Amino acid sequence: MFQGISQKLEVVFRKLRGYGKITETNIAEALREIRRVLLDADVNYKVVKQFIEDVQKRALGQEVLSSITPGQLIIKVIYDEMAKLLGETKSDIAAAQTPPTVILVAGLQGSGKTTFSAKLALHLKTKGRVPLLVAADVHRPAAIEQLISLGKQIEIPVYSDASAKAVDIAERAVDYARKNVRDTVIIDTAGRMHVDEEMMAEVAAVKEKTKPHEILFVVDAMTGQDAVNTAKAFDDRLSFDGVVLTKLDGDSRGGAALSIRAVVQKPIKFAGVGEKLDALEPFYPERIASRILGMGDIVTLVEKAQVQFDEEKAVDLEAKLRKAQLTFDDFLDQLRQLKSMGSLNDVLGMIPGMNRLKGNVSVDGKQLVRVEAMIQSMTKEERSRPSLINGSRRRRIALGSGTTVQEVNRLLKQFEEMQRMMKKMSKGNMRRALQGLRLPTN
Amino acid sequence: MGLLGTIRKFTEGLAKTRDSILGKVDRIVNAKSKIDRDVLEQLEEVLLGADVGSQTTEILMQNIERRVKEEKYEDSTALHVLLRDEIAKLLHVNGDEKANGILLPEGKRPYVILVVGVNGVGKTTTIGKLAYNYRQAGYRVVIGAADTFRAAANEQLELWAQRAGAEIIQQAPGADPAAVAYDTVSSAVAKNTDVVIIDTAGRLHTKVNLMEELRKIRRVVEKRMPGAPHEVLLVLDAGTGQNGIQQARQFTSAVQVTGLVLTKLDGTAKGGIVLAISHEMQVPVKYIGIGESIDDLQPFDRKAFVDALFNIEHLQN
Repeated sequence: MFQGISQKLEVVFRKLRGYGKITETNIAEALREIRRVLLDADVNYKVVKQFIEDVQKRALGQEVLSSITPGQLIIKVIYDEMAKLLGETKSDIAAAQTPPTVILVAGLQGSGKTTFSAKLALHLKTKGRVPLLVAADVHRPAAIEQLISLGKQIEIPVYSDASAKAVDIAERAVDYARKNVRDTVIIDTAGRMHVDEEMMAEVAAVKEKTKPHEILFVVDAMTGQDAVNTAKAFDDRLSFDGVVLTKLDGDSRGGAALSIRAVVQKPIKFAGVGEKLDALEPFYPERIASRILGMGDIVTLVEKAQVQFDEEKAVDLEAKLRKAQLTFDDFLDQLRQLKSMGSLNDVLGMIPGMNRLKGNVSVDGKQLVRVEAMIQSMTKEERSRPSLINGSRRRRIALGSGTTVQEVNRLLKQFEEMQRMMKKMSKGNMRRALQGLRLPTN
Repeated sequence: MGLLGTIRKFTEGLAKTRDSILGKVDRIVNAKSKIDRDVLEQLEEVLLGADVGSQTTEILMQNIERRVKEEKYEDSTALHVLLRDEIAKLLHVNGDEKANGILLPEGKRPYVILVVGVNGVGKTTTIGKLAYNYRQAGYRVVIGAADTFRAAANEQLELWAQRAGAEIIQQAPGADPAAVAYDTVSSAVAKNTDVVIIDTAGRLHTKVNLMEELRKIRRVVEKRMPGAPHEVLLVLDAGTGQNGIQQARQFTSAVQVTGLVLTKLDGTAKGGIVLAISHEMQVPVKYIGIGESIDDLQPFDRKAFVDALFNIEHLQN
């Protein structure tokens, strides 16, 4: 996520770090570089212009010139400006005083409205709400079938009527929700061009009739300069409450987020980060700003780990760590928890400084699958007492897991090293343990 | 639709694009009669605002500035001609431009077209329109529904196939897309069908396993019919920003893209990213999508495209 812009800005800042003091000349060079980085990141050129002017104003002030570490300060100035532009707080979905809460989802074709609607429904369901999905896209072929099929996957009912008009479907759906005790209605509308007068009138009519408590504008994170035009046109017509940035799991730099914030002043509430229906995250402006600057997003990582990591197992593991009795079963547990945190590449992207590494290192999720297979091919006894595993057992494990004896050997060796490290750590000799830890380099 | 209708559609669809770029260039030109720093700076902003990208804009601006100096252009109305010229240079053309239309090259039957792209760019819609165009030209068409992932993708494609009057080969959702592609080519070979169009699931170019799946589809098609696919079309949303270059690079390295389709040009997005892509990857833009009706796909004509962008007739008057 946003790794491109982080990488480039890091180069700029490395250059800046070389100078003892910041002069007008070298700040100009850095700003030119930042301008290019922002433009390449799809931030609208007008927004870039304003942004650069603001940063320049602040950076050329005394605070920077008198500073001992000017590079750090420039990063801070840019970070502050970016965070300011992105908005300072995260936002939640409105709840109506008398249910149902009506949420209207709108946007251009292909921005990901239908998938988002399903993700939002699932997200709200896990928060205890009782949602109803409404298929109000009567224009695109099979759009209704798509939502129905997604609804089935997450066990949330879908209201639809292929022969009715969008406005009528939406209106009746709200009625239906009231009678059937669904407290949240999510209306998925057809994708439309903001210049299509007829279609814009349709969605405005849906708004008029259903009086939504929350209107969300869905936009593809890969959108370029035109993001400001579409966001503005939809906002003029619907006065939406928030923005959803989809397809953030790609490598687009998502400059559209900055542009839209700057032009319509509405918060970005959610980020779509994958094809699976639970791949939806709240949008945290500060974190994105830090990511843009290559500072990593350690907060998201910690939070993800907290949600997914089984507390009991953690306590158990800690006890074992103390006694330095790590078994392959524990290892397998850890592996699976790591996997449930999302793709390894995502996890790595959140670690500060990893962005630079990520350029060269592609983490192979398949490798983990092989390790898992090897452990699963071990007997219970072998898992708790790896020293049992002799040559013939190794051959059997390799055969059983579809790997090679060499791979099994490597795994056993790595495991042994881990155990040794644990011993050192449990003896309280942290520094030596850390010195013993070698990062894989190839 | 007759030739006149086609031209009308083409220019109508591009009207908004033209309005904004041409309008802006005009405004620049009208305000000043001489090409000076100010005029050039404004021109740069117009290009950046059209998603042409900082690097390509730099190249264009350098060339224009050089030519202004060397060829002694002073009158700012000359900017039209200069821009048109320089932009045309960036757009890659493959052989005979006319052959890029809906007429199939001789031999190569069935002519196999693989359609790829990220999620939501309009692959399925483009395929529906493409199938319709080939049917109108008198060819027999079969569509392979190899998007077995997205919910209701089969139903959507089926409707388009019906509208276009094309056959469709599909399997249950979740089936191996390569198997669907294989079946489609096999069926076309057996039935002497002229054109095979294979739809694939939208995928972000950063997903290693999904790109691997795409490679496999290509391999399997190749195995079933040596020389196929004859055409690999990458569909791009005109609204896409600089990420389009990454998309083009990754899809090309996976399945050797041979042509681009630029969709959704009926909005206000200008699709300027195709300049960089066509230039870097040396692939031509083959079609543009300018609306939601089945006849809203037009063969790309470089001259018409650039002329429509900068309204050359208007200049000549």
